[in-house]
Order: sequence, then C-alpha cells, then structure tokens
Amino acid sequence: ERKRFYQNVSISQGEGGFEINLDHRKLKTPQAKLFTVPSEALAIAVATEWDSQKDTIKFYTMHLTTLCNTALDNPTQRSKMQLIRAAVKFLETDTVCYRVEEPPALAELQKNEWDPIVAWAEERYNVAIGSSTSILGPNIPASTKDTFVSHLASYNMWALQGIEYIITQLKSLILSMGVIDRHITVEKAVLLSRLEEEYQIQRWGNVEWAHDYDLCELRARAAAGTLFVHLCSESSTVKHKLLQD
Amino acid sequence: MAALGSPLRTLRGLLRELRHAGGRAGRPYRDTPAYQHVIAAFRANRVTSEQLCRAQQELHFQAATYLCLLRSVREHEALHQEYHGRGERSPEEVAGLVGFRLPQQPGGKG
Repeated sequence: ERKRFYQNVSISQGEGGFEINLDHRKLKTPQAKLFTVPSEALAIAVATEWDSQKDTIKFYTMHLTTLCNTALDNPTQRSKMQLIRAAVKFLETDTVCYRVEEPPALAELQKNEWDPIVAWAEERYNVAIGSSTSILGPNIPASTKDTFVSHLASYNMWALQGIEYIITQLKSLILSMGVIDRHITVEKAVLLSRLEEEYQIQRWGNVEWAHDYDLCELRARAAAGTLFVHLCSESSTVKHKLLQD
Repeated sequence: MAALGSPLRTLRGLLRELRHAGGRAGRPYRDTPAYQHVIAAFRANRVTSEQLCRAQQELHFQAATYLCLLRSVREHEALHQEYHGRGERSPEEVAGLVGFRLPQQPGGKG
C-alpha cells in the first residue's frame, strides 16, 4: 500500500488531451505512458479520485483511474473487433435470459423483473432474444448478434473498453445496454443483476459483511463503467440554449 | 428514460458526497474542480423551458450515476474498514481464540 505522496491534484490540457498532475508530477499509466483522457469531465472525476485518498492510496477504490489505465495501456492487447465479439458473446449466457424453473417464487420473480427488460431490448434493437430454462441457455439468432455487433461498432475504443467492463460486472449484455441507453439506472441494473441474491436475502436474511459489501462494490464498478462510457462517447462541444429574457 | 426522481435531490446528494470526498487540508471542497464543474453544469442546463429537454435528462442521468459511484465507493470502503480492515489474525491469535497456545520450539519447526 502506498502512502499519499502528493499535496495537490490538478488537471491541465496537453497535446493528447487532459492530464492529471500530482503536485508537479504528471500521472502515468502502469506501463509508464502519459495519462491523458479525452474528456475534461472525466479528468476532473479522476482527479477527484486521487484527491479523495487520505493517508494511503487505495487503488481498489479508484475505478475510473483503472478504466482509463486499461484504455490507455490495453494490457490484454485486444482489437476493437475482439472487444465487440467478447461483448456480444455474453448474450449467450446473459443473466436475464437464463431462467430457473424452481423455486416457483424465484421463477415468478425472474419473469416479472426480467421479462420487461428483455422486451425493451428486443424492441429497441429490433431483435429476437427470448429466454430459456435450458442449461444451454437461450438460442440467440445470428441476426441478433449481428445487430449488436454493428451497434457496438459505432462506439470508439475507449467507450468499448467501458462497455465490456460493465458487461463482465453485471454479467449481462442486456442490462449493460439498459444503463448505457439510460433506460434504467445503475442501481436498478445492479438489482436486476443480483436478483437471485436479493431473493435469497429476503428469504434467509442479509449478511452485511458479505451481501452489502458485494452490493456496494458492484454498484461502484457498474457506475464507474457507465460514467466512463458516457464521458468517452459524448461530444465536447457545449450547446448553448437561447436565454429567455 | 430511467426513473431518476428530482434533479434537485440528485444535485444535493452529489454535493454532499463531494464534501465527504474532497477538501484536503487548506482547500475547501467548494474550490475543487469537481464541485465547480457540477455546479456549472447544473446551472447551464437550468435555462430551458422544455420539460423533456434531452440534454437535461442526459445530465441528470450522468449526475445520478456519479452520485451512485461516489456513494457506493464510500459505503464499500466503510464496510471494508469495519469488517476486513484488520487483516488476518496471526497463528498465535487464532490458537488463543480456542484457548490453546502454540508450542515453543527452540530448534524451529521440524
């Protein structure tokens, strides 16, 4: 664990984008590249992560910094297409499509909570997805996968790193598109992702040091991923509205 | 569009979280870039007569997401400190839990 070795955190604009300054030192990635981000708002949020460290630097709480490092270093060395394929492949084992048959109460809960979000995705993207109680999971038509592949291709590399991150956290492509399209909040997506856990908690009781711990961590990661995607894919031009006198 | 509730409530919550997160010795949290940015963004988007202004909704969603991030990180860290902050017990402590003492082995472990 590293001690906080800097007093002031500030941002500055360089050639490649916005940089983070820890006192007079410029922040670097784990692979020693200069840490630059394309969005000022993202830089401010990263700077806030560094500034909120107290005596020791707790890297495991700095999700936005981690996401930026991943985008800059690309340690798994995946191409844009590889990221997209990995993301779409998740649909075959998407949490909200994978249903139980018993206990009946849980099956009912899954139907009531997950059917609407699947229906939303089917309508929004004009695809067939469905759900399945088979151990093999749902049978996703190739045309559905193609639609998602071309939709994800419209995102830039940084945003895609974020999207793939959200999918691996929520264990669902559909829920991830739900937050990215702003159809559901992060809290709701996390709840839907953890539906079975929540059912068991209702039934058997809550264990704070495990359940709440996991819940907070998942919320933090999903929120970081979502914010990262949105900040990396919006345009930086500010649209001024006409003031009313 | 996601059910977000009142933008004012989100803003208040967000500023409260920034108060917890920011403000190192000497620098009030109101001077931090994050605080300034949030206030400016909300002000800039206030001036519109449209109820369903898309930019407003996008900003609100972003603010709500950032609030979720800050709050969850803080809560997670609090839980971590409370339950997992003390690290593992030493072998001596573990033995002591059930009333045993570890044997003295002058020659080291066999």
